[in-house]
Amino acid sequence: MSNDMAIRFDRVTKTYFVDSPVAGGFKNLVLHLPSQIAAMRRRRPFCALSDVSFEIATGECVSVIGPNGAGKSTTLGLIAGVLRPSSGTIETVGRVCPLLELGAGFHSELNGRENIVLNGVLLGLTREEVAERVDEIIAFSELGEFIDAPLRTYSTGMTSRLGFSVAVHLSPKILLVDEALAVGDEAFRQKCIRRMEHFREQGTTMVFVSHEMESVARISDRVALIVAGKLVDMGEPSRVIESYRSQVRAA
Amino acid sequence: MLRTDCGTRAGLLARFNALQRIATLKTAVPAMSGHHRTLVYYRDLILVLLAKEFKVRYKSTFMGYAWSLMHPLVLALIFFTLFTVIGRFQVHAYALYLIAGLFPWQWIANTATTANFYFLGNSSLIKKVRFHRATLVLAGVLNESVHFIISIPVIVGFMLYYGHTPRVDWLWMLPALVSVQLAITFGLGLLIATCNLFFRDLERLVTLTVHLLFYVTPIIYPADHVPPEYGWIFIADPFASIVLCWQGLFYHGAVSPFYLGVAMCWAVVWVAIGLTAYAKSVWRFAEIV
Repeated sequence: MSNDMAIRFDRVTKTYFVDSPVAGGFKNLVLHLPSQIAAMRRRRPFCALSDVSFEIATGECVSVIGPNGAGKSTTLGLIAGVLRPSSGTIETVGRVCPLLELGAGFHSELNGRENIVLNGVLLGLTREEVAERVDEIIAFSELGEFIDAPLRTYSTGMTSRLGFSVAVHLSPKILLVDEALAVGDEAFRQKCIRRMEHFREQGTTMVFVSHEMESVARISDRVALIVAGKLVDMGEPSRVIESYRSQVRAA
Repeated sequence: MLRTDCGTRAGLLARFNALQRIATLKTAVPAMSGHHRTLVYYRDLILVLLAKEFKVRYKSTFMGYAWSLMHPLVLALIFFTLFTVIGRFQVHAYALYLIAGLFPWQWIANTATTANFYFLGNSSLIKKVRFHRATLVLAGVLNESVHFIISIPVIVGFMLYYGHTPRVDWLWMLPALVSVQLAITFGLGLLIATCNLFFRDLERLVTLTVHLLFYVTPIIYPADHVPPEYGWIFIADPFASIVLCWQGLFYHGAVSPFYLGVAMCWAVVWVAIGLTAYAKSVWRFAEIV
């Protein structure tokens, strides 16, 4: 792995067992034991990613596109280290931080300030490191005096603003963003995009999963197209997006 | 001449070494890298999770505390009325006996029922963030233990009413019993939280089992009212031994070394089972949650 590599996938395959026989619950398993065992023998793995290899350089911004169920979120899960590949190897350099979906890792009874600490620590910082950033996070979120009110009093937009503010102040080496740039109002969106550009200048590696082709084209250095678990194309944004669009039209 | 040369050389070397030391110190301080940071991080993670549970539970401080005492106290009241007024059960200081068993039992029962959601309730985190998931269980169990510890004054109140007083052996017995029960509930919580991801209907089975074990464990009846040939039940019941120890501490005035040993064995067994189940399937959590 050369020095400026941030993420490397080497012949990564990920299979799941969908339709697990235990999904019916414990009672079902016990009451229908013979047929359940037969089902367990019959079950076939579902291949979410097959033989995918790519490298992402430090500071690069890559978007992953493709139809639903193609394996985009699986790719992010593998980079984040919450999933383990069935075969192949994955290497990442530095702390990986995912941008969580709305309110994940927050508690509605705690106030904004307490939630910042909770979320920051869950995402990999020590309390001291969160404390150093807390004023900046509060300022960025523009929540004003709401920061001391319980989260249940927040609007949806305010919650996502808080979540986004925490995530962008964690100074990760690799930032993972799954489908979620639509936070807050127009002014906050602009601010987020500026922040992303700031990240880029700082050399943070970013991986997006998105269906919004316009923002994909604008923000990415390269785009990866995944279809049915295979990496079909990876390269210059406008070219890959065009090839994906023509495939959709042909289908 | 030669001597001064040697002197300067040695001096230079010493100065060089000193400079190097300063340089390493300077880089070491801000980074706080490696082992130490990991330890600090996990301490912080557990503290923050514990603080969350605690703040949520005791949000309105006094009522939160009162509410969480209510359940075992009401149970105690029911059994007390049932067996002393209606059933004419002859047990000395029966109310204290009930409290001595019900409060620790509440810790076990709460762990068993809330453990179902330790992982399931944090699915969005488990799907996306990499951290030791067992800390969720540890924080939950520690929360139950803190709750138990702050309810000890109520037990002491009952003791004083019946003319018993806390003894010197509490100084080591209390931490010992809390540790043993912490280990038991941690293993239990880990097992239930893990299995519930795979069998979503486990919750009902757990509730039922806890209910059953409540009557198997000598909590509402004294252990010595049970015929000796059934004594093995208190060894086989995974929670009876620790409950008997608590009753020894709060009610009888001495902890039986035999049951303390049995409880310790159960602690080892529970931690082993819990950790094995967890370690075998932790990599599949993000797939199935």
